[in-house]
Amino acid sequence: MRKNDLYLIGVIAVAVTLFPWVVGGNQYFISLLVFIGINSIVTMGLGLLMGYAGQISLGHAAFFGLGAYSSGILTTQYSFHPLAALLLGIILSATIAFLVGKPTLRLKGHYMAVATLGFGEIMFIVFNELSPLTGGPSGLSGIPPLAFGEILLEGKTYLYLVWAMVLFLLFFSLNLINSRVGRALRAIHGSELAANAMGVDSSYYKVQVFVLSAIYASLGGSLYAHFITFISPSSFSLMFSILLLMMVVVGGTETIWGALLGALVITLLPEYLRGLEDFEVLAYGAILMAVLLFMPKGILEGARRLGGRLTGAK
Amino acid sequence: MSLASQLIQYLFTGLTLGSIYALVALGFTMIYNATSIINLAQGEFVMLGGLIMVFCTMVLKIPLYLGFPLTILAVILLGMLFERLAIHPLKEASLITLIMITLAGSILFRGGAMVLWGRDPYALPLFSQSSPVQFLGATLQLQIFWILGITVLAVLGIYYFFNRTLTGKAMTACAFNALAARLVGINVRKMVLLSFGLSAALGAIAGTIITPVTLMEYDRGPLLALKGFAAAVLGGLGSGLGAVIAGFLIGILESFGAGLISSGYKDAIALLVLLVILWVKPSGLLGSEEESGLKKY
Repeated sequence: MRKNDLYLIGVIAVAVTLFPWVVGGNQYFISLLVFIGINSIVTMGLGLLMGYAGQISLGHAAFFGLGAYSSGILTTQYSFHPLAALLLGIILSATIAFLVGKPTLRLKGHYMAVATLGFGEIMFIVFNELSPLTGGPSGLSGIPPLAFGEILLEGKTYLYLVWAMVLFLLFFSLNLINSRVGRALRAIHGSELAANAMGVDSSYYKVQVFVLSAIYASLGGSLYAHFITFISPSSFSLMFSILLLMMVVVGGTETIWGALLGALVITLLPEYLRGLEDFEVLAYGAILMAVLLFMPKGILEGARRLGGRLTGAK
Repeated sequence: MSLASQLIQYLFTGLTLGSIYALVALGFTMIYNATSIINLAQGEFVMLGGLIMVFCTMVLKIPLYLGFPLTILAVILLGMLFERLAIHPLKEASLITLIMITLAGSILFRGGAMVLWGRDPYALPLFSQSSPVQFLGATLQLQIFWILGITVLAVLGIYYFFNRTLTGKAMTACAFNALAARLVGINVRKMVLLSFGLSAALGAIAGTIITPVTLMEYDRGPLLALKGFAAAVLGGLGSGLGAVIAGFLIGILESFGAGLISSGYKDAIALLVLLVILWVKPSGLLGSEEESGLKKY
């Protein structure tokens, strides 16, 4: 981990702490930042999977949904403590990710993409059809907010909780990619054959990262469920998987910071596109297409290159 | 209805669905053979075919025999435009970019359709208005025969094209080895463009014939694409005949599954088949082991 990364984490921590005062306690802005944090948690995992292991997943909305439904069902119908529900959700997601990931990660490129897409769609159907547990298409309501004893976490305190998680996972991820595991993953991304020849057990590392990214997604899902207290399958559809991918691609997969930047941009986007109403999906498509064609390494790298071109530097 | 006639009903429903999956799978196969890309926007061609046909018949009031070719032509143009604007410029793109670009295309098509047609499903009149026929106690819409007939014609047309015409043979050559094809003077870039056009045409045909039965709306594409892809993989990706047979197989499986097991989970059947095949035998049922050794899964 570089010194700059630590400084940046510090700057974000200060900025988030001061944010509620800056916006004058405005609940709308606070909840927007909560959503950015939740999405960042998921995209960091996906970023590790895509940028470092070079694998694509079109089904991460499923793990997000598994986390959200675990929290929702266990707290409302079985009166679990939210923390216990959250941990059980993570264990469930990790188990499913392991079982699905082991055979799926043997596949390459397009096949891997379509297999994860199929998995995501199956989970979406299960969320819809398992109505005694999930409430079916009409959703599950009355999920209690997070509380520790007497202390209820909502608004400002929830913002702090989510961003404490974001920064902790950011710190963890930055350390991870500069460790033995990170180097192994980058070797796999470069050439799986060469990595294998050097004694890196590529399938072991790929499954590990896949499970890790599912854990991030599940945690994000649980935090999401406790924040909005109502969940329905439409939040965990293919479109959300695509949005998550968009965040990673738009931010850029070169560094973990790209995942954060992408989550920020794509989460704020609908707030500005709202006036467009029916044009929203079209705008998403156009933005994704433009980024892929003109800045295939994401806006972070694209801006750097543009800046370099403008100043004449190489 | 007796069990026997119910089973016949399921069989014909399965054949109807299967026709659509077969056409989508054939479309996947064609682009995959020419480019090694799996075009995630394949389902959008079906959706566009259905909705443009709705526009031709309901708004422009064009008769069927004119609207049908017009619709297919329009979707072919869109497919080729997509190739020119999105696929063609990517020369040395990473695999993730290649996957994402067809995904972006599918979102663009879907978004465009939502702007033009809105979120509601649209209906089309049946191709022939006569009353359904009774067959061994099952009630069959005449549209089923239109769907089966047109699918068979389309498949025969594709077969003729690949085996009896020079352009078709040139495309087969590209599928086997693009570099070698270029060395003998085949314009590979043109063949890629053509493969997108043909595959769009197949999608559009599927869309126009199925809309009178199942209606059509802007977001029908992804699930159709997934099921079509399941067929393409089951049949051994790259094999046209395999894609068609597997398409019908998945259609019948889905219809019997919906009728006998659970209608809520019917969409999951094709997806489960897809996952199991990818996990157990990615070369598919009809793909040869030898050939699959050359492919990258």
